[in-house]
Amino acid sequence: MDLCPLIKNILLLDTEGKRVAVKYYSDDWPTNSAKEAFEKAVFTKTQKTSARNEAEITMFDNYVVVYKFVQDLHFFVTGGENENEIILASVLQGFFDAVGLILRGTVDKREVLENLDLIFLCLDEIVDGGIILETDADVIAGKVASHSMDDGAPFSEQTITQALATARERLTRSLLT
Amino acid sequence: MAQPLVKKDDDRDDEADYSPFLGIEKGAVLQEARVFNDPQLDPRRCSQVITKLLYLLNQGETFTKVEATEVFFAVTKLFQSKDIGLRRMVYVMIKELSPSADEVIIVTSSLMKDMTSKTDMYRANAIRVLCRITDGTLLTQIERYLKQAIVDKNPVVASAALVSGIHLLQTNPEIVKRWSNEVQEAVQSRAALVQFHALALLHQIRQNDRLAVNKLVSSLTKGSVRSPLAQCLLIRYTSQVIRESANTQAGDRPFYDFLEGCLRHKAEMVIFEAARAITELNGVTTRELTPAITVLQLFLSSSKPVLRFAAVRTLNKVAMTHPMAVTNCNIDMESLISDQNRSIATLAITTLLKTGNESSVDRLMKQITNFMSDIADEFKIVVVEAIRSLCLKFPLKHRSLMNFLSNILREEGGFDYKKAIVDSIVILIRDIPEAKETGLLHLCEFIEDCEFTYLSTQILHFLGIEGPKTSDPSKYIRYIYNRVHLENATVRAAAVSTLAKFGAMVDTLKPRIFVLLRRCLFDNDDEVRDRATLYLNTLGGDGAVVQTGEDVKEFLFGSLDIPLVNLENSLKNYEPSEESFDIYSVPREVKTQPLAEKKAPGKKPTGLGAPPAGPPSTVDAYEKLLFSIPEFANFGKLFKSSAPVELTEAETEYAVNVVKHIFDGHVVFQYNCTNTIPEQLLENVTVIVDASEAEEFAEVASKPLKSLPYDSPGQTFVAFEKPEGTPAIGKFSNMLRFIVKEVDPSTGEAEDDGVEDEYQLEELEVVAADYILKVGVSNFRNAWENMGADCERIDEYGLGPRESLAEAVNAVIDLLGMQPCEGTEVVPNNSRSHTCLLSGVYIGNVKVLVRLQFGLDGPKDVAMKLAVRSEDESVSDAIHEIVASG
Repeated sequence: MDLCPLIKNILLLDTEGKRVAVKYYSDDWPTNSAKEAFEKAVFTKTQKTSARNEAEITMFDNYVVVYKFVQDLHFFVTGGENENEIILASVLQGFFDAVGLILRGTVDKREVLENLDLIFLCLDEIVDGGIILETDADVIAGKVASHSMDDGAPFSEQTITQALATARERLTRSLLT
Repeated sequence: MAQPLVKKDDDRDDEADYSPFLGIEKGAVLQEARVFNDPQLDPRRCSQVITKLLYLLNQGETFTKVEATEVFFAVTKLFQSKDIGLRRMVYVMIKELSPSADEVIIVTSSLMKDMTSKTDMYRANAIRVLCRITDGTLLTQIERYLKQAIVDKNPVVASAALVSGIHLLQTNPEIVKRWSNEVQEAVQSRAALVQFHALALLHQIRQNDRLAVNKLVSSLTKGSVRSPLAQCLLIRYTSQVIRESANTQAGDRPFYDFLEGCLRHKAEMVIFEAARAITELNGVTTRELTPAITVLQLFLSSSKPVLRFAAVRTLNKVAMTHPMAVTNCNIDMESLISDQNRSIATLAITTLLKTGNESSVDRLMKQITNFMSDIADEFKIVVVEAIRSLCLKFPLKHRSLMNFLSNILREEGGFDYKKAIVDSIVILIRDIPEAKETGLLHLCEFIEDCEFTYLSTQILHFLGIEGPKTSDPSKYIRYIYNRVHLENATVRAAAVSTLAKFGAMVDTLKPRIFVLLRRCLFDNDDEVRDRATLYLNTLGGDGAVVQTGEDVKEFLFGSLDIPLVNLENSLKNYEPSEESFDIYSVPREVKTQPLAEKKAPGKKPTGLGAPPAGPPSTVDAYEKLLFSIPEFANFGKLFKSSAPVELTEAETEYAVNVVKHIFDGHVVFQYNCTNTIPEQLLENVTVIVDASEAEEFAEVASKPLKSLPYDSPGQTFVAFEKPEGTPAIGKFSNMLRFIVKEVDPSTGEAEDDGVEDEYQLEELEVVAADYILKVGVSNFRNAWENMGADCERIDEYGLGPRESLAEAVNAVIDLLGMQPCEGTEVVPNNSRSHTCLLSGVYIGNVKVLVRLQFGLDGPKDVAMKLAVRSEDESVSDAIHEIVASG
């Protein structure tokens, strides 16, 4: 296992450092309080930085953490100290973009909470027991979307291409205004 | 989860904290989960309830065993629904609940059905869930499907099976290994991620077969890997192969061309992985390094912080071993000092400090000064440590570097940061004689305004050692005496001790010191007054210019070579009586420190501060135990207890080990016995010892063990008399004798009648090393010189052919049973000679120091020069005797 790139956890926190959705793949944090302590440490260390355009990176306690912020959400991916930073960043980017596609461009805490089922599915599709399953945002979002076939769910009548178009449109609009 | 359609944005501002999960509560959600049992399932509602349950678990809520079981059974009902979205949530929920083995059976058939479904998504997820929760017994049943899945044309299904295989390999290797052929086929898959997962699994299946891994790497490096992640894996496997095939042949390194080729890959993660792999090659040459450094240099000016960080972190490591190779990047590195990301900036600075040459130091220091004010303490500490090593590298630059340290010492900062600076100054003072006086003055200024009592006392202590040896000791007195006026009691007491040290060491200062000390007699703190009184009365001369006696100095300022924990224990055990407390009765054995610094390779030199307190030793426990037995109470002080020696093979009926307790005139063997047969009770357990091969020993007492029930260890003892103070050695054969009684396993009661029986144990030896205590010294050279050559004995020995130098060194250390000092027990790879320093205390409390010089004589023959210094020449001879006969 030690030669295979491993993800220790993926965290999605809000602007106060509170959990929105998290997934741990390693036993490094056996209890909930250990997990909370780690989240708090990660949050405080990165809070003052601006990770809104490019993914940022930091290292502490022998972990490498890559992170990216949008609106009131903080995305984190953690790996061991010897992990290839760029692989970690590709997982972060995959997660970040997939969430953007699933929520059709409106990525904030409220929207995430209202579609939390899809976010959980998304986490489930990215990493399995620490091993990277998929990093391509389109594929991840496609897998999540194809599963919600009932009427009320956001992706019911949309194909993934449509979703992408909507996302682009929203992005352009937000850039223009 | 209905979505508000209009006026979304306005609403949001009003209720910023709105959440669909606001105020949800476990009990209520568990109630809601009853909808899973409805005959007419509402998939959307069920999905919502599962989401709520997952939300609760995600927030750290836990379910009791009963609650979890209930939820699990309810969830299994949902397999009836055909709704894909709901099924997907069911899969996630089952994984989160991690059901027990008997619960797994309930869902097995449903999952197996999904595994063979036509829907790809069902197949992929059912495999992942089933493999996650299964305990292996099921695996043989589903193995056929898993093998099929590995070569499934849908990449998601194939990946699911492969990743599950990686997890299962940990628990059921023999089954997963049978999938080799399928996995090998999957390695050729066109789907990127399938290739990655297949390669990972294939390597793990073959990892213990070096030849197979070699073949795998040779065939794949010829180029059929498309996925960047798989390529990264291949690079890692290749480095492993290179590492293991090292020094088999000279000339070009195998596979280097492959690594270099990867530097031109289109994916950044592959380029970086290859560059890093090259920098980490064993004994990498400059020619091999250059292309890797070049791509890393390009990363340094990337717009992506992750790339800059990865590159600078790798270059930082390279700079430790190949500083010259990194100098080309210095200009890029300097611009990174102002990087927004402070981790990158700190790594850049510390790299520059490692690669900088003497002439660039001043310019660099200027840049760092601006930088220091806006980084956090943890980064500052890293910089301080880098500056310390820079200063040791360029001692001529000590003035500007020392100035820098003293400047940052005056700025704001937390304890750890200040301590790092002070430690650095102390180390520079010790190692660079020219820096001593300025360094000491910087420290003096610092304690004028230091908020940390610990640092003040440590600095005062250090001043007391170094100050008197300077050209003008008197100039420090003012700083020290100021502390007596202005500080808290702890610091005042430390200042009094330091003053006294100046008085003792510098005779001309003594009259003036006495005046100052007398003033301290009126201090309002007991400790301060006591210290002043003690010093005034012991330093002698009533304030005249006379020399203070050596023994007084030793008494007042000599180092306490007893572990403080042991001293504390002995003092606690001491009962006031006619006999006064004897400090020499305190055991000196310190257990060796566990490898606590495993995570921090390259142990930092410790500056100030007391030596780390050893963990409480078992010696005290033994001593207590032995003194509680009346037969042994008059044996005197326990000199040493050996580590337990096993006298039985593992997994025999009775497990026995022995601890040898050495006293001045006696030896006590403590046999620790364990009965591993539940149907037996042993009584009246003794060890019959035959000492015919140990002439100098005579048995004087033995203490049988009354009863030894199953699995609860007990001890029996045998004591021998031996000539006082001499290291008598001998061989003892042992026989366990006991009465065995049958025990009824159902009631646990033993029968009344027993049978006498015997059980042969292995032999045990008392060797010379049992008479030597492992006692380390902090500064071997000082100790060696102080001991003097009066009782020195030097001789040379040929150790004959040995496996390796390291093996020879360890053998001699074990033979002597002494404490290796200053890490000299470690023999660097490939060295032809080695010096090892040992220290210990010989029976009779005689300190012994040993210097061993090893050299390879011919291909395997090891020659050794043994120099022994001790306080007693007969002891020095005895050490040679041990080696000569060993």
